[in-house]
Amino acid sequence: MQRIALMAVATALALPAAAGDGELKALREEIAQMKKSYEQRIESLEQRLASGTEKEKSQSPQDGDPRAGTAGGFNPEVSLILQGRYRRLKEVPERSIAGTWPAGGHTHGGDERGFTLDHSELIVSANVNPYFRGLMNVALKDGEAEVEEVYFQTLGLGQGFTLKGGRFLSGIGYLNERHSHAWDFADAPLMMKVLFGEHYGQDGLQLKWVAPTELFMEFGAELGRGAGFPGTDRNKNSPGAGALFAHVGGDVGRSHAWRAGLSWLTTRARQREAHFEDTDAAGPNEVEGRFTGRSRTRIADFVWKWAPDGNPRERNLKLQAELFRRTESGDLACASDVATSPCLGGLGLGNLRSAQSGGYAQAVWQFLPRWRVGYRFDWLNAGAKRYDPVAVFAALDPANAYFARQRPQRHTLMADWSQDEFSRLRLQFARDRSMQGVSDNQVTLQYIMSLGAHGAHKF
Amino acid sequence: MKRFILACLLAAALPVHAGLRVFACEPEWAALAKQLGGDKVDVYEATHALQDPHRIEARPSLIARARSAQLLVCTGAELEAGWLPTLLRESGNAAIQPGRPGFFEAAQLVSRLEIPARIDRGEGDVHASGNPHIQLDPRNLLAVAGPLAKRLGELDAANAGHYAERHQAFSDRMRAAIARWELEAAPLKGARVIAQHKSFGYLFHWLGLVEAGTLEPAPGIEPGSAHLAQLVAQAKAQQVRLILRTPYDSPRPGGWLSERTGIPLVTLPFTVGGSARAQDLFGLFDDTIARLKERTP
Repeated sequence: MQRIALMAVATALALPAAAGDGELKALREEIAQMKKSYEQRIESLEQRLASGTEKEKSQSPQDGDPRAGTAGGFNPEVSLILQGRYRRLKEVPERSIAGTWPAGGHTHGGDERGFTLDHSELIVSANVNPYFRGLMNVALKDGEAEVEEVYFQTLGLGQGFTLKGGRFLSGIGYLNERHSHAWDFADAPLMMKVLFGEHYGQDGLQLKWVAPTELFMEFGAELGRGAGFPGTDRNKNSPGAGALFAHVGGDVGRSHAWRAGLSWLTTRARQREAHFEDTDAAGPNEVEGRFTGRSRTRIADFVWKWAPDGNPRERNLKLQAELFRRTESGDLACASDVATSPCLGGLGLGNLRSAQSGGYAQAVWQFLPRWRVGYRFDWLNAGAKRYDPVAVFAALDPANAYFARQRPQRHTLMADWSQDEFSRLRLQFARDRSMQGVSDNQVTLQYIMSLGAHGAHKF
Repeated sequence: MKRFILACLLAAALPVHAGLRVFACEPEWAALAKQLGGDKVDVYEATHALQDPHRIEARPSLIARARSAQLLVCTGAELEAGWLPTLLRESGNAAIQPGRPGFFEAAQLVSRLEIPARIDRGEGDVHASGNPHIQLDPRNLLAVAGPLAKRLGELDAANAGHYAERHQAFSDRMRAAIARWELEAAPLKGARVIAQHKSFGYLFHWLGLVEAGTLEPAPGIEPGSAHLAQLVAQAKAQQVRLILRTPYDSPRPGGWLSERTGIPLVTLPFTVGGSARAQDLFGLFDDTIARLKERTP
């Protein structure tokens, strides 16, 4: 375009040929020179333009809007966690923790011996729009796909409020909200197994508020269906479980960070089932024990992390402990189909009140890049149970693990190696004295591999 | 009564200063925000020079600060992928979510280097958006400063003129400094160096240094002995002049290589606060170039 214009100007200048020959020659020369210099300039401009577009092409992800987030890279973020293990355990027919009501709730097995494939976790998440975010976490195992979490979460409420709805891991305690791939040991603490089977998930709503203070303070309330252990599904319009929690935390200097919390969970159970042996004179039968009543759980949690100058890459230490107390009150019953069983057709066994406590404390130390070792101590106190022994032991065998007065304990040692945050290999030894009359030395070899989006973990 | 207690609590906990609250993910952006904002901004530096910005934990203290921030200034390009998303979600702060005016990603504003043609973790923790360590080319700081000053002015309209003025002053000073640094660093052009991680790509690109290798066999993978042994021969053959590390990298792998090859190991400040002299963005480059020249014969 420019060139055409230039030519037009040049010819226009060249047209008045009436002038003298010498003048004309000079003019022609002048024009020729102008033409040459302009053409050179145009050429160089064109070259610059071309190289500029090429440059832009090679560095294409540059939309110039610093508001556009690339926090996760992909939309949606997809990640897959692969887990498997080898376990060496003593052969115990029913691995139930002495003195406690077995949690039929949320578990992924983990009691199989030998080589096993753990569940694989498929996690898909993305911002729905600037106001909501959605996440799905499905645990896949042979022939089953269990929905661990599927929830939406608000991003735009502001003032420190966040609302979550759907199915989510409850915010109570510390470990409960963390999926098994983020644990520091190959299995859950005894406390978590006793309280919830492994996790307490809510189908419901969670409202959280972070205070506008320099000290981290967070308060949360949950209402849920309450179908998970220690509650049961009760087909009601009103919520079946409620939870409250509060967390505080902060830094001490550059190298230390901590968080502490208190949580409370209340729910109800109707005919919550567990296996018992009865007192049938013809030989013990496996009968169903049933509990109907209220269950309340209180948890205190504490985490302290140390990393020199706040850089955990080389060395770091993590101390973590949780304590719980659970009280239940309601009615005990038993039921059986066996004609000679005292529980035939269902039998009420009177009131049952129980108070249990326990906890775990653990330390995990990264002493070199890639290498960590850890120790965990688990303890439980079956605590006080109040019931009418005459009525209960007329139907149920006093030797049942539930009535045991043993204090379950477990010591666990762990060493793991992580090439980077995406892969981890772990070896674990445990001396487990949580089952009635059994002392089990356990060896676990485990791998955890993460594919896909970079998961951002919580503190 | 309850309201009174709450009010007392807030009064005790909140900073008295009433400037625009800026949450800077890295020290360089904290320094830039201070340069542009002066006393009109209240800048919180979420990380410091001794921390690896890839591996920060979403600590409670960071969530508490993000909760009240009015502007978040981060690098982006997936540098903070391991912690910032958690921080944003947990903060309950609508103003700093991606897409809002309170969310500012610096890497979007510059031409990024080392954009991988192929995303495969087999090649390490590669960032799909290219190398995120953009702060060591001062021309990138100029590119970020303008939009950042504009954003400050949008969020704090009453002081928009103040930010624009300070931006002009910063920009002039930086341009003059860049000319001086380029002159000072001219003898370094073409020098071959080995870095621990791909932390200095933009510095090399700017000053014309040549990266002959990295101590990490792949980005995010800890240096191993096999790879280091291989580097010994490579460093000698290629006449490598310096081995470079950031203050947060372990000194061991570089020290090992330095011992075996006689090539000096130099710690560059990497960001503001990374050395005694690197107390602001100008000190950062003064010190970086001085350290490079000091050990390059």
